[in-house]
Amino acid sequence: MALSNDVIQARLKEKFGDQVTNFEEPYGMLTFEAPKEQNLKLLNFLYDDDELKFRFLTDVTVVHYPAYAGRELAIVYHLHNLVDNIRIRFKVFTDIKQPDVYTATGLFASANWQEREAYDYYGVNFVGHPNLKRIVNVEEMDYFPMRKEFPLEDQTRVDKDDEMFGRGGSIDFGNMPTEDRQHTIAEEDKNTEL
Amino acid sequence: MVTTEKHATLPEGSIETKTTTLNLGPTHPATHGVFQNILELDGERIVSAEQTIGYIHRAFEKIAERRPLYQITPLTDRLNYCSSPINNMGWHMTCEKLLGIQTPKRVDYLRIIIMELARIADHIVCNGVIGVDTGAFTGFLYVMQYRELIYEIWEEICGSRLTTNIGRIGGFERNFNNIAFTKLEKFLAEFPDVLTEFENLFVRSRIFMERTIGTGPISGERALNYGFTGPNLRAAGVDYDVRVQTPYCSYQDFEFEVPVGSTGDSYDRFLVRNGEMWQSLNIIRQAYQKVQAFKGEEAEVYHADVPEYYLPEKKDVYTKMEALIYHFKIVMGEIDMPPGEVYHSVEGGNGELGFYLISDGGRAPYRLHFRRPCFIYYQAYEELVKGGMLSDAIIVMSSLNLIAGEMDG
Repeated sequence: MALSNDVIQARLKEKFGDQVTNFEEPYGMLTFEAPKEQNLKLLNFLYDDDELKFRFLTDVTVVHYPAYAGRELAIVYHLHNLVDNIRIRFKVFTDIKQPDVYTATGLFASANWQEREAYDYYGVNFVGHPNLKRIVNVEEMDYFPMRKEFPLEDQTRVDKDDEMFGRGGSIDFGNMPTEDRQHTIAEEDKNTEL
Repeated sequence: MVTTEKHATLPEGSIETKTTTLNLGPTHPATHGVFQNILELDGERIVSAEQTIGYIHRAFEKIAERRPLYQITPLTDRLNYCSSPINNMGWHMTCEKLLGIQTPKRVDYLRIIIMELARIADHIVCNGVIGVDTGAFTGFLYVMQYRELIYEIWEEICGSRLTTNIGRIGGFERNFNNIAFTKLEKFLAEFPDVLTEFENLFVRSRIFMERTIGTGPISGERALNYGFTGPNLRAAGVDYDVRVQTPYCSYQDFEFEVPVGSTGDSYDRFLVRNGEMWQSLNIIRQAYQKVQAFKGEEAEVYHADVPEYYLPEKKDVYTKMEALIYHFKIVMGEIDMPPGEVYHSVEGGNGELGFYLISDGGRAPYRLHFRRPCFIYYQAYEELVKGGMLSDAIIVMSSLNLIAGEMDG
């Protein structure tokens, strides 16, 4: 039987029951979610199962959702079954205050640097990682620059107004609280009497 | 900050009293880029190696969160700058997948010509450099002339040479002109002889063989575990090629072979890259034939009809109201993309180049992640060079085709 998204979903449901949730198929790729304590069990199962055989780790990355209280950081694994040529995307969410997730380095050597990058960018603490330190940024850095609270440009700048340019700039970038935001030039202009 | 006292343990039977620490890089002439390797040596043998990367980290993923789609293309140029057009096309195709744009066949074939030229440009640099590192400069200089010709073809199409920013979402910025096609014909006519001669210089050269055979070998299984893709994985005997496995851009219309090696050493990597250049030539020939088959109005098609995303030609912006409106909307970021998440990958010069794009419906990506093949397979470097000679470390590095821009992101 050829492996398809439905078969994978059924197999996971059979093994993990209600713990795997949020099955979706955006642009044809099966995407699902599991509790973060289960990530290694799931990766191991996907690797070892005779039918599933997801033995190639394509990518590990992190996404920050400041709006999701208690589950701000999503660790996203892209796995590939090279024999049946099918890809899946698997996510675990973690609290940003205690971002501890088990490392996948025991299973995939390629996870080593990818997890270091994830740590470097977002501060995800991969428990059991052999060498979890920053990889592209300097070791003295004391923050995690890819988090959404660090906007690319200084948000207090008033000489540059992005209001006319769609999203970005001072307008609700990355779900930042907007109360304290200074008025932009365009807003001041509206109040000026001609 | 490096503590000099932290010496690795010497292997048994060594006549040394302690290992020697050698700081190779960051700007060593033999590293072809900004890499640092802290090697622990027992005499001339490598006991351990620690790679440091990030010297040219430019935070593209962060920058991309503030850029509309068309402004991200120049960022992708600077990943693997030896084959920028593949990165550009990969990015355009990711956007097209998200936006649901179907490109015309002619656009696909033109893209394939550009991408395969880029693959040749990438591989001749890499293989030429392996030659340089083994002491033969001739091959490198000889093939470099033909990289120049490839750059001239790109120049006719997009105006630039190295960081090309070629194409648009939906197609190309302009149709290929006759000079581009003439130069392409010249390339197709002359390059096979050059490549044959290049191979003759190296493939059976005793010095070259002794330097590369058995240097930095890896088994197929380890290579997969390390996330190898592209020529380096195929040299280890695994025939995974994104162009075949998940065809994009109408690659399914072409007949070509996937060269594979067996031992995964530097020599096999060299041979696989050479084999790929022949296949690329083959693909370009087929694509050029297919492009020539389009006649009349069809031969004028160079982009999909998607005015809300395709940046219009400049002369239309000056003369047509509609083009002006769309130009304004696209450039000013009035165009929102649909929410969704998409992963798209292409076979880059070094392997599977992936784009993971999450859109929340705004003008810029919510998150954009590049799967950079170089970054992923460079972690195997220590395993590849351990136990080898210092001079092998250089050969392994050049045969992996490490590109600092791609690695650091």
